[in-house]
Amino acid sequence: MSDFSFSQGLWELLLRGVWITVQLTVYSAALGAVVAFTVGLARTHRLWIVRFLSGAYFEIFRGTSALVLMIWVFFVVPLTLGWQLVPMWAAVLTLGCTYGAYGSEIVRGAVAAVPVAQREAGVALSMPPAMRMRKILLPQAWPEMVPPFCNLLIELLKGTALVSVLGVADITFAAQLVRNATGQSAPVYTVILVMYFVLAFAITRVMRQVERRAKAGVGRAPAKGTPQARRAVAGRPQDLAGVAQRSAAPGSPGPSTSGGAS
Amino acid sequence: MNFDWSNLGDFMPAFWDGVLVTLQALLGGSLLAFSLGLVWALAQRSSLKVVSWPVKAVAEFIRNTPLLVQLFFLFYVLPEWGLTLSALATGILGLGLHYSTYTAEVYRAGIDGVPAGQWEAATALSLPRSRTWIAVILPQALRRVVPALGNYVIAMLKDSPMLMTIGVLEMLGEARQFGSQTFQMNESIVAVGIAFIVIAYPASLLLRALERRLVR
Repeated sequence: MSDFSFSQGLWELLLRGVWITVQLTVYSAALGAVVAFTVGLARTHRLWIVRFLSGAYFEIFRGTSALVLMIWVFFVVPLTLGWQLVPMWAAVLTLGCTYGAYGSEIVRGAVAAVPVAQREAGVALSMPPAMRMRKILLPQAWPEMVPPFCNLLIELLKGTALVSVLGVADITFAAQLVRNATGQSAPVYTVILVMYFVLAFAITRVMRQVERRAKAGVGRAPAKGTPQARRAVAGRPQDLAGVAQRSAAPGSPGPSTSGGAS
Repeated sequence: MNFDWSNLGDFMPAFWDGVLVTLQALLGGSLLAFSLGLVWALAQRSSLKVVSWPVKAVAEFIRNTPLLVQLFFLFYVLPEWGLTLSALATGILGLGLHYSTYTAEVYRAGIDGVPAGQWEAATALSLPRSRTWIAVILPQALRRVVPALGNYVIAMLKDSPMLMTIGVLEMLGEARQFGSQTFQMNESIVAVGIAFIVIAYPASLLLRALERRLVR
């Protein structure tokens, strides 16, 4: 597996594949985020019918396989309904809906984990439910959601490899073409595995930044490893450190700004 | 939407063949993932850096790259290295290897969750190292991790259709073959999709019950 002498054109093919994979990941993540927050919050709704419908959505999309769904959307829906989705969008639709279902569980769990007293305080201030969600619950739940969302994003990145089955020219599809052209499997598959790993690593890095900012947004100590965190942990319990930080910087944005992602 | 029940009837014999293959892949993959995962978890705890570090790095690499590409890698590259396996065996190897990196994390958490007092008690009784692991630590750790392992079995079930791409005729593979012979995809794919929910949903309920019993 020492032969990396693909011609220029084959490298271009792979790099174009990387771009398609990145696009797929971004679009599916955007759709997935919308689905996750909609379904996740609907599952905490007062009306049982809303809870039932969103719960059914979650169980169906979590229970079935993304590949089966993708093939169904791509091959069956055109036959029966008479219109054809562009492969790229069929893939984004399936990936977004599937991973959005997983994400809804993260959203539901994080919102449920906000201390009850916070919600009660909102009631005591006679905030309407939507405002309570927007101003109190989501800003505090958001930092808890970021690490599991990071894992889910990496799962999504790995899931995008499935679209090669539909003929979308992502990294995996490009690798099959290169393999057919050169007749060598080991080099090209090693190269694309490394490409996926690098993309996953980039996601981890970005999400770590997001997590740090989210935590700072609700006045909690930054993640471990930063100088402030080490100082804070050395001195006193984390929550106290958070209070101290907040009072030290009265002009800081405060909790309300970090909920913008909803 | 035209749903033709007679098509569904025609698909049924192939469907059951597919279910059998899916379950074989799942069973083989689970056994491999459970056993390899324990090996990785123990190797990662090794005090020898030469052992723990490469295992950690490889596990991280496998966990962060797509199973589909790993399957292609195994399917096309292993024969080049002189190891020719059947498609199903390659699929089981791929599933098992990929998920072993997840189960390794589960075992690690389970082992870390055993109270330090248990280790100290084993030391106080001057149990040999092997006996400490086999009789004290692992029984307590494994009990805790059963539900989490079960979740990965369900995840593996949902990834098993990927084996279709290397030519294994599991449920989805059978459905596509049926579709290409009869040009009727709808009924077979819907049946396969429902089959996944029918297997996965009771399994997740079972796991929830198991979790209540085992994890206290």
